[in-house]
Amino acid sequence: MTITDFSVILPVTLLTAWASILLLAELFLPRAQRPFLALLAALGLALTLGISLAQSAQEFAPGFGGMVVRDGFSNFLNVLFLLTGLFGVALSYRYNQRAQIERGEYYPLLLFSVAGMMLMGQAADLIVVFLALELLSFPLYILSAFAYPRPQSEEAGLKYFLLGAFASGFVVYGIALTFGASGSTDLARIVASVAAGSANLPLLTAGAGLLLVGFGFKVAAVPFHMWTPDVYQGAPTSVTAFMAAGAKTAGFAALLRVFGAAFPALAADLSPLMAILAAVTMLFGNLIAVAQTDMKRMLAYSSIAQAGYLLMAFAPFEIEAARTMAVAGALFYLLAYTLASFGSWGVVIALEKDLDRHLSIGDFAGLARRSPWLAAAMTVFMLSLTGLPPTLGLVGKIYLFRAVIEGGMVWLAVIGALTSVVSAFYYLRIVVNMFMREGEPAVEREWWLEFAIGAAAVVTVVVSLWPFPLFEWAEWAVMKLF
Amino acid sequence: MLLEYAAIATMILVTALVAVIAVVLGSLFGPKRPHARKLLPYESGMTPIGPGTRRVPVRFYLIAVLFILFDIEIIFFLPWAIAFRELGWYGFWAMVVFNIPILIGFIYEWKKGGLEWE
Repeated sequence: MTITDFSVILPVTLLTAWASILLLAELFLPRAQRPFLALLAALGLALTLGISLAQSAQEFAPGFGGMVVRDGFSNFLNVLFLLTGLFGVALSYRYNQRAQIERGEYYPLLLFSVAGMMLMGQAADLIVVFLALELLSFPLYILSAFAYPRPQSEEAGLKYFLLGAFASGFVVYGIALTFGASGSTDLARIVASVAAGSANLPLLTAGAGLLLVGFGFKVAAVPFHMWTPDVYQGAPTSVTAFMAAGAKTAGFAALLRVFGAAFPALAADLSPLMAILAAVTMLFGNLIAVAQTDMKRMLAYSSIAQAGYLLMAFAPFEIEAARTMAVAGALFYLLAYTLASFGSWGVVIALEKDLDRHLSIGDFAGLARRSPWLAAAMTVFMLSLTGLPPTLGLVGKIYLFRAVIEGGMVWLAVIGALTSVVSAFYYLRIVVNMFMREGEPAVEREWWLEFAIGAAAVVTVVVSLWPFPLFEWAEWAVMKLF
Repeated sequence: MLLEYAAIATMILVTALVAVIAVVLGSLFGPKRPHARKLLPYESGMTPIGPGTRRVPVRFYLIAVLFILFDIEIIFFLPWAIAFRELGWYGFWAMVVFNIPILIGFIYEWKKGGLEWE
């Protein structure tokens, strides 16, 4: 063990230690000073963000005998995950007080989950991938059930836990088969054994397929999406916001790392499968979302549909040039999705006055008159999720579609474009409700929440006008991946 | 290579067959003279008290968590204690680092009242 080893996982270590201290602080802090914990949690996340940014200039470095790495990819994702954490804290702060779920374990659990996500981005060994998956999932199971006298929340927690455990089983079995096929769980050694021809390819394909199922659960891709609407609806909205952005990004981080780095030899077998998965996810998510009237369920199905667009990045894996662009496009789109998702969940939190009654789409009527800035921000997020200008969502979709077309899968891009048109129906219905219908929505005014929503909206618009530095960063991040 | 597994497959087959034959023969030719006491659920010979699907005090989970906490600690402590001299200070500090999270978990449970039964 050397200093480099520790420097590689310094952000994860720091965040974990910070979360532990936070857990102890809660025990010794008087009840009246609970709000202080949110500030401490935000401080820890900001500190870790600073360290991650400072490390981003450094070169590729493996640590702990190749179990973890630090590279451009992990740096990009670390920054994204820490922003997710900060958004999560900002959205939770007042909401938890209102919902009377201000229990001290909330922020430590949130921080542990972020640490797990960061470890996921840095994992270079399937064992660490699994460890990170569990570290990020366990806190989410607990957080889903955090409003526990409410039966819906308990149901959400239990459902998420059972299906998540089931998915973990798939991942472990996939790891076992991969190990059996290649003789190693180390991603680099798996690649080497495939290159040397000593790997058992059918077994490796089976392992990769099981891993795909496990990660498919986490990102809510279509045959494995059943838990999503119920869990998203039942969990406290602040948790849902964090889960929708964070868990999905982490799932894609694992997919990109494992399938990008370890299984390129299987690309020819897996890429049609991925393309079909993406197409089905886009079609199903968008079509079901149209029929939803409950706001949380609609956003849940929308997040399933968004997973479909992200899965498109795996379709052109056979063509070298398109592959890099596709993965860079996926990272870019993940950022756009994180901002838009957090923003729209934030608006839901601002409008959710009665916590036992679910917010419906009709509750948005008249928001433009009542609170024009909030309505404007929501419009930006809806446009971004649809993929209309002037938002990051459009830029991300253009990058993804271009990569898919260059990869020779025009039909997939056509499905993507057509389902985007379908999605416009339910996203823009909210905009129509806000601006053209009369109504008296009750809006909670909360500084942190409004700041988070505003920041997400401004970044979504401004960066979309000049997205090239961001895309270059994403391209730089994936350069070393293959 | 698959032939190496033939012995295991035979073993599984024979075991399954023996089990099936025993159950089938028993149910075909065995005498059936049921009475109330015989049909009771088997609870080590005692008369059962209440139905089988009873509610269990869930506070046992805290004991379970505590058990896991210290069990894992002991599992790691024993080999470390045996190889203590060879590992030296490196081993000592590694053990300290390992124990801090467990200690945090313990303090958390203690302060939350997990050690009090009532």
